[in-house]
Amino acid sequence: MATPRIPLEKQVLIAVNGDEAVAYAVKQCLVDVVAAYPITPQTVIVERFSEFVADGEVHTEFVPVESEHSAMSACVGAAAAGARAFTATAANGLALMWEILYIAASLRLPIVLAVVNRALSAPINIHCDHGDAYGMRDSGWIQLFVENSQEAYDTTIQAFKIGEHPDVQLPVAVNLDGFFLSHTLENIRMLPDDVVHEFLGGYRKIPKTYVDYHGREVELKLDPSSPISFGPLDLYDYYFEHKMHQIEAMKRVPDVVKKVNEEWSELTGRSYGDGVLVPYATEDADVIVTVLGSTSGTVRTVVKKLRSRGYKVGMVRIRMFRPFPFNELRELLKGAKVVGVMDRGISFGSYGPSFMEINTTLYDLRERPLLVNYVYGLGGRDAPPDLIEKMFMELLEIAKTGEVKEKLRFLGVRE
Amino acid sequence: MSKSPYELVVFKPGEKRELPLTFNLRKLAERKPIILPGHRLCAGCAAPLVVKLLGLAMRGPLVIANATGCLEVATTIFPYTSWAIPWIHSAFENAAATASGIEAAYKAMKKTGRLPYDHIDVVALAGDGGTFDIGLQALSGMAERGHDVMYILYDNEAYMNTGIQRSGGTPPFAWTTTSPAGRVIPGKTQEKKPIAEIMVAHRIPYVATGTPGHWIDLIKKFRKGLEVDGPSFIHVLSPCNRGWRHGLNITIDICRRAVDTCYFPLWEWVRGKGYYLTDRSLAIARKPELKKPIEKFLEVQGRFKHLLKPENKHLIKQFQEYVDAVWDDLVSRAVNAPR
Repeated sequence: MATPRIPLEKQVLIAVNGDEAVAYAVKQCLVDVVAAYPITPQTVIVERFSEFVADGEVHTEFVPVESEHSAMSACVGAAAAGARAFTATAANGLALMWEILYIAASLRLPIVLAVVNRALSAPINIHCDHGDAYGMRDSGWIQLFVENSQEAYDTTIQAFKIGEHPDVQLPVAVNLDGFFLSHTLENIRMLPDDVVHEFLGGYRKIPKTYVDYHGREVELKLDPSSPISFGPLDLYDYYFEHKMHQIEAMKRVPDVVKKVNEEWSELTGRSYGDGVLVPYATEDADVIVTVLGSTSGTVRTVVKKLRSRGYKVGMVRIRMFRPFPFNELRELLKGAKVVGVMDRGISFGSYGPSFMEINTTLYDLRERPLLVNYVYGLGGRDAPPDLIEKMFMELLEIAKTGEVKEKLRFLGVRE
Repeated sequence: MSKSPYELVVFKPGEKRELPLTFNLRKLAERKPIILPGHRLCAGCAAPLVVKLLGLAMRGPLVIANATGCLEVATTIFPYTSWAIPWIHSAFENAAATASGIEAAYKAMKKTGRLPYDHIDVVALAGDGGTFDIGLQALSGMAERGHDVMYILYDNEAYMNTGIQRSGGTPPFAWTTTSPAGRVIPGKTQEKKPIAEIMVAHRIPYVATGTPGHWIDLIKKFRKGLEVDGPSFIHVLSPCNRGWRHGLNITIDICRRAVDTCYFPLWEWVRGKGYYLTDRSLAIARKPELKKPIEKFLEVQGRFKHLLKPENKHLIKQFQEYVDAVWDDLVSRAVNAPR
């Protein structure tokens, strides 16, 4: 790898948990408004950030709202006023935000949201799974999943750049696994403040658009010098076209995420695959497993071990779940005999949400790999290496026999 | 597309123009309205009058966060808008939270030298459903956090936008589509939530009530609400001829009847000073014989038609007792009421 523009000795090494990694990233991003509700369930992100506010280390207005619904609403108001806005939540809190998630995306407001992935009630649980993130799948947000706390830091900064890109203008959710990342200490490297400021191009820039009753281009914000109306009633004669704008914007996201990943690599020496997918040992693999989030670390370890024993196995970590990188993933999976799709969540009455995407990914191939969905880790249930190895052995057996007995399997659950 | 013949209310970056408070009709008529013609609110609706009076009270740059409701849907049917000032609608229950975010954003921009004005007033505008019921939590949060936002409730006493369903703001015995006056149950069986008193209990700097029928009083209160540092809450009665079942031409008359009968007293509460009766309500406190019986308010509205039947006289008596109790309590607390 070429030497990064910011040499490693200039990147401060600190020991933080995933929540703190996000808080430190937000601190460096010239965020104007952080509106957050700490509970349901609590994350340390907001605690740590309010310390930065209390110590005068940031110019940010911290709005300690009375609910997650209001947290996202205040972020919508702030972003519409032209501010860079951030909030964080998890599980039930994210579910309470649901209505306003759609509004944030549809008003094209590049808010950044850290989702500390945790299981939804009932029963109340608080531990890691991806049910919360899968629930916001269709809301119009970009969804990125990180593997470790370093990536949580890196991705939080990248998220502002991606969302605010003139071709995008969409909100971004940075997903980090509850407890496995949020509460686990890890060494991460931080950039100097001014480098982050420069990477983001300073404060948020507001895009301009032509408004007929102004007869000119105006900035899309609540501005007394060029009044515009945000969020009008939009019926069957225009709503569909506005949805098409969102659909088109989503199409432009993968290129931007990849470009930002490259820029980050030049700057820091760290990159995450092509930005949307992170493959490992896939080239000649007969069996490939796809996975999101921190479990990919365990899967990689098992792949390494099995490779050393001569098994042709590999994995792909899905870093970007929305928009879903169909084309990129098809290229990586097309040579495999069997693909195992790990989902830390399920759509009741159907399969895991990423399994459905991967079915769609592979359908157009003339010769398709066999597919098995492994639902695992619900409510924070551990997925240790021996369990992952068992899954690989099953998949290798399927590769040999060509027979899938059960399309939907459950890993690590009592019979 | 040609430029609209209607003018926007524009404050150029750096402009330090403060609009004077005036009640001179000629001067007021010269003011650019903040809500422009062409909106689709019903004939006789009080909501645009409330907005117009806000425009006459405004002192400088002003931004509105509007809750879902009649006012929102009827003024912004895409690709049109009636708003001559910056305006946002997000959802039904979150006008106060949206306004909180806007206010926080301007503060952060001001701190970093990116706000080209001394100050931008932020106003949240919501109906009774968005305030008494689904929006109460966000409103309470905004008040407790002390955001410098003026929250205007235009209270038409039911969910009018969706077809006259009862709300926490609907008065007792009123007919609505979800509290019909039936053979057994005579309309709404509960009282009206004392929303302005709830806001007084938050100890925010300023709370007031008003009607567009008492326009000088209302403009004064809007201006005070904008001028205080911190949250203010203005509860405005907003007659709805569709829901109240009254003639299109008596909107203002009904406002006066509401105040003359003491159904909707005019008052303000200033933190550290207490309650003050204003306008016609002060006159009534000074001269109680001016107070009219509640029938004068009820008799012109179809939603109370069933109350006027001879067999329901006892309900009118109950209504009168309810109004009297609230009024007497208010007078006993008002600093400027005669003792």
